[in-house]
Amino acid sequence: MKLSLRTYFDQYTNAAPLVVFRICFGIMMCLSMIRFWYNGWIEKLYIEPKFHFKYYGFEWVKSLGEYNYLLFIICGLSALFVALGFKYRLAIITFFLSFTYIELIDKTTYLNHYYFISILSFLMIFLPANARFSIDALRSKTNYTKIPRWTIDSIKLLLGIVYFYAGLAKINSDWLLKAMPLKIWLPSKYDLPLIGNNLMQQDWFHYAMSWSGMLYDLCIPFLLLYRRTRIFAFVLVVFFHVFTRVLFPIGMFPYIMIVGTLIFFDAKLHEHIIRLLKRALPSLKSKLKNVEVLPQSKLKRQIIIPILTCFFILQLLIPFRYVLYPNELFWSEEGYRFSWRVMLMEKAGLTTFKIVNGNTGAFFYVRNSDFLTTFQEKQMGFQPDFILEYAHFLGDHFTAQGHQAVEVYAESYVALNGRTSQPYIDTTIDLYKQYESFKPKTWILLFNDDIKGL
Amino acid sequence: MKMIKKTLLSLLVLAAIFACSSSEDGSPSTGGNTDDFNRQAMLTNWADNFIIPAYQALASDLSALKSDKDTFVANPDQGNLDALRFSWLEAYETWQYVEMFNIGQAEQINYAFQMNVYPTNVSDIQNNIQNGGYDLASVNNNDAVGFPAVDYMLYGIAENDTMIINAYTSDALAESNKAYLSDLVNQMESLTTIVLNDWTSIYRNEFVNSTANTATSSTNKLTNDFIFYYEKGLRANKIGIPAGVFSATPFSDKVEAFYNKNVSRQLALNGLRAVQKFFNGEGFNSTSTGESFKQYLDYLNTIKDGADLSELINDQFDEAELKIQALNDNFSQQVETDNTKMTEAYDELQKAVVLLKVDMIQAMNISVDFVDADGD
Repeated sequence: MKLSLRTYFDQYTNAAPLVVFRICFGIMMCLSMIRFWYNGWIEKLYIEPKFHFKYYGFEWVKSLGEYNYLLFIICGLSALFVALGFKYRLAIITFFLSFTYIELIDKTTYLNHYYFISILSFLMIFLPANARFSIDALRSKTNYTKIPRWTIDSIKLLLGIVYFYAGLAKINSDWLLKAMPLKIWLPSKYDLPLIGNNLMQQDWFHYAMSWSGMLYDLCIPFLLLYRRTRIFAFVLVVFFHVFTRVLFPIGMFPYIMIVGTLIFFDAKLHEHIIRLLKRALPSLKSKLKNVEVLPQSKLKRQIIIPILTCFFILQLLIPFRYVLYPNELFWSEEGYRFSWRVMLMEKAGLTTFKIVNGNTGAFFYVRNSDFLTTFQEKQMGFQPDFILEYAHFLGDHFTAQGHQAVEVYAESYVALNGRTSQPYIDTTIDLYKQYESFKPKTWILLFNDDIKGL
Repeated sequence: MKMIKKTLLSLLVLAAIFACSSSEDGSPSTGGNTDDFNRQAMLTNWADNFIIPAYQALASDLSALKSDKDTFVANPDQGNLDALRFSWLEAYETWQYVEMFNIGQAEQINYAFQMNVYPTNVSDIQNNIQNGGYDLASVNNNDAVGFPAVDYMLYGIAENDTMIINAYTSDALAESNKAYLSDLVNQMESLTTIVLNDWTSIYRNEFVNSTANTATSSTNKLTNDFIFYYEKGLRANKIGIPAGVFSATPFSDKVEAFYNKNVSRQLALNGLRAVQKFFNGEGFNSTSTGESFKQYLDYLNTIKDGADLSELINDQFDEAELKIQALNDNFSQQVETDNTKMTEAYDELQKAVVLLKVDMIQAMNISVDFVDADGD
């Protein structure tokens, strides 16, 4: 076993797929940053709000105000440098740090695919994606055509985990037996041309979409790995992501996944892409010394391989941390994030806060719009960690205003996947005296239904 | 060639898996084959049977108000004051049926802000009267115009009726008072005419043809308006704020029609009735029902087979109405004598906010705001 692992790590392969991946990734990320700016989201999401919801343990990450624009410029430029392969290692580290910093400013904007970008860019720090067809290669006058095989496989593994875990998460009774939440989402697409008025309204279609979505996610990594089904799998990838892009507001993610899955193809395709790029950019046609094999220092490998092994073990375990919490996962969302649970829930809530004077019992309600943007208010409405953090913010705010013996109570109603709304938070608990931790939150009321599944 | 064959074969196998998996899950189809809810019919029902008739009624009430005002200004006596007050109340009651439609011209000209911002600002009104040269449409004057300002001019400008009439006859500022009252009423009438004319000339067709599910389509915007009105205009402004729900102490002077002292409950009941009638798709002038939120929710319920949401919402409206019925005609007095009853009414109104904002919005899958950030 040990021997075969060692021989695996000694295997080399064509660098082209990783190089093409690097170029596509860099360009996509640069475009994403521009798009984010163009849509006015930097202002709306990171500058306008008076208050930001923080990830547990990352409370020290602060919004930089107007300097957030600078952060986005740095992030976009580093993405461009990644694409060009210019000072690659520094560029990808800068990208990883700046992108992750942006995401940590406010968890209101959490999306699985932002998390995916963060960890993917972390992984890419350790990969020789500038081995060839890069400015770094030009400058050192050396193209490395072969790189360790594990470097390309690690990206395949990460993509595979994302898909497969997304598929596992769909094996639950709401998704498969009730076709929820698609049964809510699809009929509301009545205004789609051709299919809106008929297909989108049909019961069997909601089930067909649920089941095929689950099967797609579970199977696609294997169909992409197996050479004979690869083209078919890629057709599926394109169809699936384009279709979801039509149905849902998911931004750049579908395109990133479509381009990302190209890494599964044989190097022939990537050589072809590089040739095309070279033809388009004749100035790059310089005579480089082609060196067969990228030299690897033993020491480097002895550090990198353990780091990445830990990284992947964590990736495999983190999505299952929810089993440690007693309440229904979809309901309390303890252990929900960072687990590739994508589009599983239609959840909405309304949470209002009562500020009570503990001495006199006098109370008043808070107008959430005084402190939160509509987007924050919406996200806060049904996520317990938001509710707790906001309760503390309110407690501090009103204490600072001179209110005495401040206690903060939440009245919260949440509706999940088409069920009627039900009380969410124990109204007798003073949230100002509860603190965030990894322990189960006992002040979340129990879910009055049962969702079976993984 | 071999590759293509394999690809085709695997495609067939997968298609078969998809087909089987969808049919073996044998929940009976209840939704029918096509989308049988006609959203355009709902928009048409709203426009033709509720919104436009309500605006027409308001316009006619306001023109009556205007003519009674002309009579009063020409001849300020008790009889003419009574007539003017009567037509003010008539128009104010009708107003409760249109305040929620902040769409089209009404949205563009900030109609509701020029018609019903209260408490009205007495010192702004007095400044306007004394200095003249005011621009009633200015944002700074939003709290010095509309029904609440007229309320002040007819009930609050002096202590009793005799002195009020004096304010328009013997008072040093009598002419200015008359001019301000007159300008207020004329402005309300002309704004309403603008909004109504837009509906009857151009906007109606634009409205009923905007059937898509986007942030700016008619259904979505009006749904947002409807809920916003219920939450803000009705629940908070009429009951919550005076009851001190959002503050350390109650504000008995922040009720609607504060100077009249007799009709804040009546106006609140009208607002709630308008909400319920609109929800159920009744016409403004009739109780026969057409396509509406209720019917839409009932249709969506046939797809997902859940609790009868429209019934829950109607029941909650009824509960809230009972609580409001139990209040004093004059909310100021209610706040001062027994504020608990006010907060109880607020609590019942609030329960319907949950049903509208959480359950109804979820069922209709409409976004409650215009944040268009990505989802995943």
